[in-house]
Amino acid sequence: MKQNKLVLREWMTHIIMILLGTIMLYPLIWMFFSSFKTNQEIFGGVNLLPKEPVWDTYIKGWRGTGQITYLTFYKNTFLLIVPTVLFTVISSALVAYGFARFKFRFKKILFMLMISTLMLPNAVLIIPRYLLYNKFGWLNTYLPFIVPALCACYPFFIYMIIQFFRGLPKDFDEAATIDGCNTFQVFAKILIPLCKPALFSAAIFQFIWTWNDFFNSLIYINSVKKFPIVLALRMSLDATSASNWNQVLAMSVVSLLPGTILFFSAQKYFVEGITSAGVKG
Amino acid sequence: MKIKKGKKSRRENVGYLYILPWIFGFLVFQLYPLVSSLYYSFTDFSITNIPVFIGLKNYIDMFTKDPLFYKSLMNTLKYVLMSVPLKIITALLVAVILNQKIKGINFYRTIYYIPSIFGGSVAIAILWRFLFMDSGLVNRCLAIFKIPGVQWLSNPKVALFTLSLLSVWQFGSSMVLFLAALKQVPEDLYEAARIDGGSWIRIFFSITIPMITPVLFFNILMQLVNAFQDFTGAFVITNGGPLNSTYLFALKLYDEAFSYYKMGYASALSWVLFIMIIAFTAVFFKFSDTLTYYEDGGDY
Repeated sequence: MKQNKLVLREWMTHIIMILLGTIMLYPLIWMFFSSFKTNQEIFGGVNLLPKEPVWDTYIKGWRGTGQITYLTFYKNTFLLIVPTVLFTVISSALVAYGFARFKFRFKKILFMLMISTLMLPNAVLIIPRYLLYNKFGWLNTYLPFIVPALCACYPFFIYMIIQFFRGLPKDFDEAATIDGCNTFQVFAKILIPLCKPALFSAAIFQFIWTWNDFFNSLIYINSVKKFPIVLALRMSLDATSASNWNQVLAMSVVSLLPGTILFFSAQKYFVEGITSAGVKG
Repeated sequence: MKIKKGKKSRRENVGYLYILPWIFGFLVFQLYPLVSSLYYSFTDFSITNIPVFIGLKNYIDMFTKDPLFYKSLMNTLKYVLMSVPLKIITALLVAVILNQKIKGINFYRTIYYIPSIFGGSVAIAILWRFLFMDSGLVNRCLAIFKIPGVQWLSNPKVALFTLSLLSVWQFGSSMVLFLAALKQVPEDLYEAARIDGGSWIRIFFSITIPMITPVLFFNILMQLVNAFQDFTGAFVITNGGPLNSTYLFALKLYDEAFSYYKMGYASALSWVLFIMIIAFTAVFFKFSDTLTYYEDGGDY
């Protein structure tokens, strides 16, 4: 009797969870199938599959403005993201190593400062930063993204990697030091290989966040030639005549693709990344 | 002894060497902007002229001459108070359900996390527009059940709520954090409570919640800071409308700074936002001091 009740309860849980999951994912699935629909169908009817599929929405949408195709927008996005991600990981790991493995004066204060910048809203920095980049001649380039990455301006990742370092026994460092490694060799040869999962998580999150970042792109990039994909999408939304909404949806799907692929191929790093930085916080 | 001391201080300097990139970044990209935006907030400064000190005029103007400031402030407060609690409660509830030892937790966790990977992306904002426009998918689905449609985006009383839904939909990362915290609550605590005959509601409030308060607060705080600055949804989906009902503070800030180039006034706005976030945080920490249970006393 009690066994039956437990089984029933488990089934109820599954039903609720699946229902909720369906509601949550349906919009995304609908978006994918609607990118093959005609306009009338997008705005009428609730069926998921297109009745008269339009196959060329992706090809037509990809042409972008005519002069500039989504190939350029994609290329721009990667030109912006790849160095940003790479430098974020390298600089954050170096700084995390400094905080996690060395004693120095004012370390506690500096650490607190670093953590408190987690709470510093971007909105209060954006105007002076914009003016600064304007003075440096960095506007309409990707440097406003890349240089702060080089300077470890992402405390979230530093903290995440520090947490990981703290989990690694100091015996490793000491053994390597006795073997004649200097501090940098200890870092590069011993610790980096051990903390690959944390670095990987940091890279993935930075990739996704930079990919989705609309506000900063909107402010710093102003020529269509240099638009990353988020700005191109928004432009298509403004420029679209009433007839090709399916192309807008098609390009939206295209823009979500890299994140989705990354998520499914590196799922465990997502979970590990979030939890390592958050749980002890 | 002397040698040892020398060695030690060299090791100290090495520590500084490693955190040097951050020190530089902090000074140039965080501290300098913070201080100068405070200074700009007391100046009349468009991008073409040099800043002219005008004291508190920007702040006074904003409270006396700028109805849109009030509007955006109230909108943002409403938005924060709607989206953050809803999101946190959803994330916590789902996490608690998933924490039962049932099959397929990883599968569900994956499914619920998917919306979160798209964050504030423009594509999702576009999708939201298609879903919630008057003839959008949501209203068409409601029509099947003979429920009259709602003007999700064109009714000024509803539009802000529709934008909050977008934020709630992305409860995934909070949920993952809750789930990890829940897993660390020792099983024997629950067992002891069950033996004492505690109902599950009682157990939830007197064991689960106190044991995960650090994560709960971390989540709420992070969501607060983000919600105060949300921009993409309001900008792309409704562009502040209808009747400025979704004109969030971040939009106001963007308009003043980058449409009208009133950098001084916009800096003052950004400081009001900052002070608001600090105030919320301070109230929060006051709470958390009395409620939080730290098992390890908290290193650092």
